[in-house]
Amino acid sequence: MDHPLAGIWGEFRENRVAVAALAIVLVIALVALLAPLIAPQNPYDLAKLVLMDARRPPGYVGSGGYVHILGTDAQGRDLYSAILYGLRISIQIGVLAGMAALVVGAVLGTCAAYFGGRIEAFIMRIVDLQLSFPAILLALMLAALLGKGMAQLVAALVAAQYAYFARTAHGAASVERSKDYVEAALSTPLPAYVVVFRHILPNCLPPLIVVATVQIANSISLEATLSFLGLGLPPTEPSLGMLIANGFQYMLSGRYWISIYPGIALIVLIVAINLVGDQVRDQFNPRLKR
Amino acid sequence: MLGFVIQRLLQAFIVMLVISFLVFVGVYAIGNPIDVLISPDADQRVREMVIRQYGLDLPLWQQYLGFLGRLAVGDFGRSFVFNMPVLQLVLSRLPATLELTLAAVLGATLLGVPLGMYAGYKPDGLVSRLIMGLSILGFSVPTFWVGLVLILTFAVTLGWLPAGERGETVTVFGVPWSFLTLDGLRHLFLPALNLALFKLAMMIRLARAGTREVMLTDVVKFARAAGETERTILARHVLRLISIPLVTVFGLEFGSTLAFAVVTETIFSWPGVGKLIIDSISSLDRPVMVAYLMLVAFLFIMINFLVDISYAALDPRMRVRRA
Amino acid sequence: MSALLEVADLTTHFMTRAGVVRAVEGVSFEVAAGEVVGLVGESGSGKSVTGLSILGLVDPPGRIVAGSIKLAGQELVGLDGESLRRLRGRRVAMVFQDPMSMLNPVLTIATQMRLAIEAHESVSKEAARTRSIEALAAVRIPDAAQRLDAYPHQFSGGMRQRVAIAIALLHRPALIVCDEPTTALDVSIQAQILTEMRGLVRDLGTALIWISHDLATVSSLASRILVMYAGRIIEEGPTAAVLRNPRHPYSRGLLESLPFRVEPGRDLQQIPGSTPSLLRLPDGCAFRPRCGQATELCHKMPLLERHERRAFRCHHPLPAEVGR
Repeated sequence: MDHPLAGIWGEFRENRVAVAALAIVLVIALVALLAPLIAPQNPYDLAKLVLMDARRPPGYVGSGGYVHILGTDAQGRDLYSAILYGLRISIQIGVLAGMAALVVGAVLGTCAAYFGGRIEAFIMRIVDLQLSFPAILLALMLAALLGKGMAQLVAALVAAQYAYFARTAHGAASVERSKDYVEAALSTPLPAYVVVFRHILPNCLPPLIVVATVQIANSISLEATLSFLGLGLPPTEPSLGMLIANGFQYMLSGRYWISIYPGIALIVLIVAINLVGDQVRDQFNPRLKR
Repeated sequence: MLGFVIQRLLQAFIVMLVISFLVFVGVYAIGNPIDVLISPDADQRVREMVIRQYGLDLPLWQQYLGFLGRLAVGDFGRSFVFNMPVLQLVLSRLPATLELTLAAVLGATLLGVPLGMYAGYKPDGLVSRLIMGLSILGFSVPTFWVGLVLILTFAVTLGWLPAGERGETVTVFGVPWSFLTLDGLRHLFLPALNLALFKLAMMIRLARAGTREVMLTDVVKFARAAGETERTILARHVLRLISIPLVTVFGLEFGSTLAFAVVTETIFSWPGVGKLIIDSISSLDRPVMVAYLMLVAFLFIMINFLVDISYAALDPRMRVRRA
Repeated sequence: MSALLEVADLTTHFMTRAGVVRAVEGVSFEVAAGEVVGLVGESGSGKSVTGLSILGLVDPPGRIVAGSIKLAGQELVGLDGESLRRLRGRRVAMVFQDPMSMLNPVLTIATQMRLAIEAHESVSKEAARTRSIEALAAVRIPDAAQRLDAYPHQFSGGMRQRVAIAIALLHRPALIVCDEPTTALDVSIQAQILTEMRGLVRDLGTALIWISHDLATVSSLASRILVMYAGRIIEEGPTAAVLRNPRHPYSRGLLESLPFRVEPGRDLQQIPGSTPSLLRLPDGCAFRPRCGQATELCHKMPLLERHERRAFRCHHPLPAEVGR
């Protein structure tokens, strides 16, 4: 009997594009993790920045004595290092916000499905309303209210995204709730929360994982957008969005690299995650089984 | 059907009330309401006058009623930055945003649905794979980056289209619209394209997914068995079947598009409500922020309501079930 | 007189990721005009795919790889799409198992019937309406004129199936393939529809291929039975003869598992084992692993032997009754 994970991987492997995308994601994640070790310069260390190095094209040899392979930005930061750190932040925030939203949403949705009745109606009405509210506006408002900072940003992102997970979890949990094995488990002296977490929740995981991959990409995109608009992280911790924003004004005068390279890095990351997510979604969609 | 409409209207009204209460609590009970009503550099005399005028020394529930009363009349206070009534300010910017959003949404749907249906009908063809590949890009790439690239390509490098701002307008029914002039269209094209790209990609993917699923069902088999042409099947059966989830998304995404207009308007310096709110946040023009919140909430509830209604109109099963 | 439908060596395979699924392998049979033929088999026997192949409705990755299907002398295999479409609904039609999934839930019955009519003729809306009402009345749907504007979910299961049958009959096709049309219905409704089908078929002279796993329903309607197993026909003959005197061990096994055939108090005989996967068929006779009479000889695929109106595919057929 084949191991179920082997079957999943086997089918995944057949989509070569998805496998390539997964490889890219893993490479980027690795690089981002090792950023402090690989990057020639620490872009957070304001003391190290030399203004004379600012706005230099790729290939310039800076005062640090090394080649800026991607050029420098308006503050004299080595763009390559800034991008590495920026990717790090993007992935950190994306995964953090995504996972937190998943936990919050899954718990809410499953509880709603389990308790049923008014509690369910109340929770799901709120979730529905929030779903029709665009994430970016919510994130914008919250970011404006809460101020700048990593924690605040993640909170804003989680608040904007938990609804997708809640809706998915509720749908899956409702189906599971009415199945026989749950009735059987409930008739035993097991406490309710054990039934929910040990039995119902694991079976809701596949659709949640699909939503998670999309939402991680969304979180990264949202964070970049917020940073671009000036609402995300403080300027001392440049995320990719902020780098792009800073470079915007220089685009019209030909110094395109300040915006474009961070942009490309961002795009590659998001597209790769989405490609993987696409394949995962197709694989888990029962209605497409032939 | 009428009962359904009334019921939904009532629900919408209740939600509006709840939101107004939440905003009130957020601004008046938690925050310092003075900061919302007066610019921080007003002197003591003005402050006292405003306190009396707005009843800020009255008990909270009276203040809430006053708040509601002002809302009903449309009094959102005066903008700190522009020094004009907020309602007037917002309304003056609204047409620009609506124009942009409608152009984007219409374009995305009219182009996206047929493309998506084709990709779903022949999922393994070369054209389909191309469409899907492009749609992933359109879906993943953040709107602001697409805007940058568009400006870089069409405005800076090629010089074909302007890099921002709205074009000439023509006033119809007292409202200035720019899509009626050629210059206006030239200015509208890039921002509308930018805004539309995301939605276009989404429409394509949805239409494709829906079409693929439906093509495998017995409905299509039976219709084919009856000898109906592929064109009839696609236009009369498949389109109707996928239109339900599409309309839901269309409605929800209309709101999202309106929201993303914030980004597009910023990049293209489009004088709409979106740019207004970003500017207000950075300049802490609080009356505008409050008004924007309420306006957006109202818009969303309206959209929700309209989607519910059209859902019921499209799917006859919903008219009975939803109670 | 040549038969209405002549199927010769039909072979339909599915090229899946896991391998080639030989759903239908060298199937040959004929259907005369006005005849009701029963196609019996368990799931996985290839009976549904046979029906779909006749209509040319096999979805990729499935394909007819060999054989010929002639409808009134016209070859269907390899026919171009448009010609095939013109035949479907007009000369040959098909009804499926679940009427709720067959009928479009968001269109009225009137619209669906009109689309089916307009597929082959251009008629005015009124003419289409009149014909639809007549068709519904013919399948005994009460208040046809009002019910025409209803949606499928407003009908009961049995009614929905009647609507589907009415649609199939709109252009008076010479042959209708019915794929388990009563399986999803209550037993009592099943009986009703079967009786009505009998009447309809007699009055209109339509030939039927009735596909089912349930021998009982088939035997009450069909004049001739074909038994399929693992993609091949393993037994054929007039219904009464096959029921009374099955020649293939599998057919006998099927009969003995029918409750009404067995004396009360006696156990139902089950055929041990299960149908083979069409991906990995055993060599030789596909029934060999489950057959009580299998010998070394059965490692070679038996040929279909025909004697007058009977046929069977077995090296050790059950004894024929005296006089047959």
